[in-house]
Amino acid sequence: MPQIAQLAETYSSQIFWLLVFFGITFFLIGRGMVPKVMGTVELRDKQIADDLAAAQAARDAADEQEEAWRARENENRAAAQALIADAKGKAAASTEERLGEAQQRIDSQIADAEASIAAARRDAMTEVETVAAEATQDILARLAGAKVDKRTARSAVKKALAQ
Amino acid sequence: MAAEAGKVDPMKQFQIEPLFGSETWELAGGFNIAFTNSALWMMITTILLWAFVFGGMKRELVPGRWQMAVESFTGFIDDMMEANVGKEGRKYVPYIFSLFMFILFANLLGLMPIGVFGLHPFTFTSHFTITGVLAIISFSIVLVVGFWKHGIKFFTLFVPHGTPIAFVLPIALIEFVSFLIRPFSLALRLFVAMMAGHVLLKVLSSFVIDGINNGAGTGLIVSIPSFALMVAISALEILVAGIQAYVFALLTALYINDAEHLH
Repeated sequence: MPQIAQLAETYSSQIFWLLVFFGITFFLIGRGMVPKVMGTVELRDKQIADDLAAAQAARDAADEQEEAWRARENENRAAAQALIADAKGKAAASTEERLGEAQQRIDSQIADAEASIAAARRDAMTEVETVAAEATQDILARLAGAKVDKRTARSAVKKALAQ
Repeated sequence: MAAEAGKVDPMKQFQIEPLFGSETWELAGGFNIAFTNSALWMMITTILLWAFVFGGMKRELVPGRWQMAVESFTGFIDDMMEANVGKEGRKYVPYIFSLFMFILFANLLGLMPIGVFGLHPFTFTSHFTITGVLAIISFSIVLVVGFWKHGIKFFTLFVPHGTPIAFVLPIALIEFVSFLIRPFSLALRLFVAMMAGHVLLKVLSSFVIDGINNGAGTGLIVSIPSFALMVAISALEILVAGIQAYVFALLTALYINDAEHLH
């Protein structure tokens, strides 16, 4: 086994050259080049992350604006609805008022008319009664020669009319 | 060992040979630092790894395939550290990445079929001198981080939460031993896995060659099934190359987690 057989004569050369070449590998490649390679990777990752973050921010901003627009839109819509409701309410109120007034006028006219009708009927009734009483007195005076005073005649007429 | 002509020595692939007449190179203390085939493959690994990562450095916003591949590897290590250590794990990514990719490239390069062109791939991760040093580096990081962050409280790592008082001593002892074994298991696992696979492939290839040399009959019976097995085991070895690199990196991550958070 040359590893052991040649150990005494070669160990120093092996160790020396290993230290030389592994030293070169470590200091030149490991310390010198690897950090740069990793730096490139990091830079790229950072750039990608930044781009993603920017895209996310833009999307958030867009969402925010849409939200704001939506809120404004809703506000406007609500305001419009309120306006319409207000106008509707006012219109309904004024209609009702006018209707009420008209109703009142009509009601008072009806009441007046009914009152005048009732008065007319009462007058007419009185007239009829008076006429009937006079007629009864006349008839009685002519047929029976009996004199009946006005009151008796009237009560008799009333009795007859009520039947 | 490889003197016998026509024989395949399954161990020869692990032989270390100085290249370019560098066997006399020495450091001040008399340490030999010959530029061997092992060092050559470390150099190739480093260069290819550098080229691989460099191809992914275009820093484009929309990555190409190459950049994507490099980024998936760094991302893989990053995720592993994040999952096993947490936020503090990120500062170890350069080390774990270097460790994982260095071992992965070494393992895979050792499997390259460049023997076809008369070259010899050398898997330096099949040497415990190499895996041992890597394991010691990982273990040192654990120790340094542990004592740096927690000071003397780092020793509470050896007493898991809710241990009954009577068992504190034996359990601390067991935990301590298992803690000390970590660098050895880390080093040996990789070294053994890589070596075993390569030896197996070489043994099977010797079956193929010897079978054919013995005549058409044995060639048919021995060589063809052996060759089929070699193909299958080569595929398995590619898997093992990845898994062992991953295991080494993952265990280092777990040990670092212990050092960062205790239990």
